[in-house]
Amino acid sequence: MSGHGALIGELARQHVELTALAVALGLVISLPLAVAVHRLRPLTSPVLAATGTLYTIPSLALFALLVPWTGLSRTTALIGLTSYTLLILVRNTLAGLDGVPAEVRDAATGMGYGRLRRLLAVELPLAVPVIMAGVRIATVTTIGLVTVAALIGHGGLGQLILDGLNRDFRTPLVVGSALSVAMAAIADVALLGLQRRLTPWAGGE
Amino acid sequence: MAFVLEVTRWFGDRANWRGETGLGNLVIEHLTVSAVALALAMVVALPLGLGLGHLGRGGVVAVNVANVGRAVPSFAVLVIALQLSSIGTTPTVVALVALAVPPMVTNCWVGMRQVDADVREAARGMGMTGRQLFRSVELPLALPVVMAGVRTAAVQVVATATLAALVGYGGLGELIVLGLRTGDDVEVFAGAATVAVLALVTEVGLGLAQRALTAEPLRHRAFPGAPGEAVPRPA
Repeated sequence: MSGHGALIGELARQHVELTALAVALGLVISLPLAVAVHRLRPLTSPVLAATGTLYTIPSLALFALLVPWTGLSRTTALIGLTSYTLLILVRNTLAGLDGVPAEVRDAATGMGYGRLRRLLAVELPLAVPVIMAGVRIATVTTIGLVTVAALIGHGGLGQLILDGLNRDFRTPLVVGSALSVAMAAIADVALLGLQRRLTPWAGGE
Repeated sequence: MAFVLEVTRWFGDRANWRGETGLGNLVIEHLTVSAVALALAMVVALPLGLGLGHLGRGGVVAVNVANVGRAVPSFAVLVIALQLSSIGTTPTVVALVALAVPPMVTNCWVGMRQVDADVREAARGMGMTGRQLFRSVELPLALPVVMAGVRTAAVQVVATATLAALVGYGGLGELIVLGLRTGDDVEVFAGAATVAVLALVTEVGLGLAQRALTAEPLRHRAFPGAPGEAVPRPA
């Protein structure tokens, strides 16, 4: 029994790790991309089309497309998972930056803020609620998608679902599914809490 | 480069297109189960979402059902459906319907509720009955958002149908699953590429349909659409 506990703990850790890494990498890619699109409007369509295309490709297919190059590795899982976060993160960051009132921007400029400082100290902080809404969606989605990566051997709790499928055994299936749903719910609430602390003026959503 | 050539050769080999596990049959299986599931889901979701939206009831459930559904992994839905029925078509259809209903309900409701209250009142003032209001005013105005929901659901269904190979249905996931099992990267890649193309064609095709069904003045709707619209989810 304790053996099962240890296994579940290990898989849950793997699940959290993959999700956190994918969303973090997604942010590292999306934030600069959204800022660039915000500055250079003609980039909007190509960037959204590219991230939208990645988003549309079924996850099993995307993992499979990467296998010939990166094998059945964690890298394969991570590339796939990260690519699914991009559309939402870019879209929300862009919406957040667009939502900054023009007079606020003007006021910052009037106070002598340069472009970079205005972006970092005024625009991005004001965009945080919308960005965080994107992070929440991306995180919940990624937690669900990690389970599919079980098919390439890096599925966290999805490993239990696959095990349940292969052995036609309900217990691991139910445990894996329930824990994955619980993890998504907890992550969503935790991120909402984080957002409230980061932006006390925004009052939640 | 050699790998790309091998994949090209795979697609060029007629033997890979024929028979039970040939590409032709797998594409047909994939599309059939997707179409059946989407149609069934529409029969459930559209009347429900549009009706609730028209009455302005059940908003909390309708708006949140897609978000809550997002937390449940499609893979888990499929395997659980398999446990509850027998192997093959039934669990696949059940799982796909379960996944397709929430985004459509959400979008139907949101689409109906975003109709301007003044417009609704004007229609009432002109003497329209509830049914006329629904058919001639609310539905046309809600249609873009409703179609966005159908598109979201359809893409998700086509994507998730890939996983149906795991529960013994077949479809294009068969090539990926068999290929992964036997270490045949070429077959894996060929199957994955076909599924990817199918999903993209669904997305673009229904996008065009959505545009065609949208009243001319509404066509320049700002991205990303109506507030509260179900966000598509990859599967």
